[in-house]
Amino acid sequence: MLLDIEHLTVRLPGTARPVLTDVTLRVASGEVVGLVGESGSGKSTTANAALRLLPGDATATGRITVDGTDVLSLTGDALRAHRSRTVAMVHQDPRSALNPVRRVGDFLTERLRGAGLDQRAARARAVELLAAVGLSDPERRVRQRPHELSGGMLQRVVIAGALAAEPRLLLADEATSALDVTTQAEILALLRSLRTSGGDRTPGMLFITHDLQLAAAYCDRVYVMYAGRVVEEGSADDLFARPRHPYTRGLLDCSPTLDTETREIRPIPGRPPSLADAFTGCEFAARCPWAEAACETWRPEPVALDGGGTAACRRLPVTGAATATATDTDTVTVTEGSVR
Amino acid sequence: MLARISRRLAGLLATLFAASFVIFAAVYAAPGDPAVFLAGGRDKLTPEKLELVRQQYHLDEPLAEQYGRWLWDGVHLDLGRSFKYSDQVADLLAARLPTTLALVAYATVLFVVIGVGAGVLAAVRRGSWVDSTVVGGTTLAASVPSFVSAIALVALFGVQLGWFPVTGGGEGVGGTLHHLTLPAVSLALGALALISRVTRQAMVDAGAADHVEVARASGLPEREIVRRHVLRNALGPIVTMCGLVMAGMLAGTVVVETAFGISGIGSLLVGAINTHDFPVAQAVLLLMVTGYIVVTTLVDLLHPLLDPRVKERAA
Repeated sequence: MLLDIEHLTVRLPGTARPVLTDVTLRVASGEVVGLVGESGSGKSTTANAALRLLPGDATATGRITVDGTDVLSLTGDALRAHRSRTVAMVHQDPRSALNPVRRVGDFLTERLRGAGLDQRAARARAVELLAAVGLSDPERRVRQRPHELSGGMLQRVVIAGALAAEPRLLLADEATSALDVTTQAEILALLRSLRTSGGDRTPGMLFITHDLQLAAAYCDRVYVMYAGRVVEEGSADDLFARPRHPYTRGLLDCSPTLDTETREIRPIPGRPPSLADAFTGCEFAARCPWAEAACETWRPEPVALDGGGTAACRRLPVTGAATATATDTDTVTVTEGSVR
Repeated sequence: MLARISRRLAGLLATLFAASFVIFAAVYAAPGDPAVFLAGGRDKLTPEKLELVRQQYHLDEPLAEQYGRWLWDGVHLDLGRSFKYSDQVADLLAARLPTTLALVAYATVLFVVIGVGAGVLAAVRRGSWVDSTVVGGTTLAASVPSFVSAIALVALFGVQLGWFPVTGGGEGVGGTLHHLTLPAVSLALGALALISRVTRQAMVDAGAADHVEVARASGLPEREIVRRHVLRNALGPIVTMCGLVMAGMLAGTVVVETAFGISGIGSLLVGAINTHDFPVAQAVLLLMVTGYIVVTTLVDLLHPLLDPRVKERAA
């Protein structure tokens, strides 16, 4: 297993609940794994944990291994080597990821220098990388400043920087969210093409997004996070066709689709919990249409589903039944009405 | 870029013009009559003699006329003759200026190297004892007036230890450096607190930028991050503040020059004001203002090099 996060719990001082609670997540070589959730659900913290980039006063329990290396115990040069060679991150906003006063080429060469190239070789490789991510006129681009390039071009530069050291694991943290739709499609296609290029050393990718539809369409497997906990995990097709956890269902109901005539857009009631909210039971109970009194005290734990995957919900038989009838949209409304 | 420079140059000339009038009027309005001094003091002074002196030095003309004459001569690089020394003012300045410039340059090197260095150290080790020591030490240094620190330095390094000469300007490069060390140190001490504090704050602000965290996430060595991402981006405020402090020093060497018996333009100005030596006082003040404006203009022109986005906006 390439990335293996086991029972990771991260606490910050002064907060009522952990930032991450008992997160277990795996990414295999060559696999694209989606991580979906609302803002503040702990998606980015999970990705940062794989780089051991947690706030200085955070305490983490559990285990993170990348390619067999225990990440949480890394320090000093070993940690730098891990960040520069094994794992690379593509950030959400390319404009703030590059130093505005330095040249685009410097962004790449400083990473290549870290991977052991000399200045001349690094410069040549930077031009190659920019060409590889589909930037036109790469010779000129390396001498330009970030403010002279568009957002999509900059995201290509950032991806080129992430590829500079040929990492084993790519973390894409909302990598396309700040881009317009056509650019988004180009970047997605670019990220996808990287998987087919590597051969034996094909990198795995953790694709973080708030867009469940995108994750379902783009990834092999998807994890759904809510309030720092993985609430459902499964293959992208299953998750999209038969969402089992009420939150996953809620996420799908939130988004408008073309093929519905009768289904209305139903926002999830309430708001995402902040770090100041403490829970005795299921974090989603207050917003859940299927919640019972017992949910308030039930500690969520992953329950294995019969088509593979897990969901952390004690009402699975009921939610599963609701999903089974979801093929006919008219009856969904009836079923939900009766449950409420 | 050329349009930018010429615009700055026009602004510089306009400022100089305004400053020249203020300087002339201020010296003109200063209490005391230079004619009395020129005539050799109040003893044996007859009104006729006084009138003669006034006519000779054009002191009987109205302010506007005197100012016009002075400005016209000044534009033709004739700053007039000193009342006291009867020498060309330009010669007096030429004799005194190098010492002051050397003193300011020496002090600038000291406060830039030590001040920026201390500020970087404080920012990198924020919240540690290094940080508190830098802030405390530089604040203490700044709260001591330069004439007090000058006396303390002389007492310790000049008299007790005998490492440095106590007065004078020295001969040759080595001698000058040797002689100017104590004055430069006492001049630089006051600037250390400001420079190190500005450096520290600019570094902290620049260090909070997202791209610094991105650089850290990609495993760059911390030294590289501090140098190429934090300090590089913090240079704007640091260079501006260093320029302003250096420009201020050009006009602020009076006390230190007096304390160390250095004959620079600071002590020349004090002497000229005490003896109502109009042309010298005016020329020195104008020179100080010019120095200030030139330094600040240079700093402004430097900014597009530090941050390429500035160039974009100006164009």
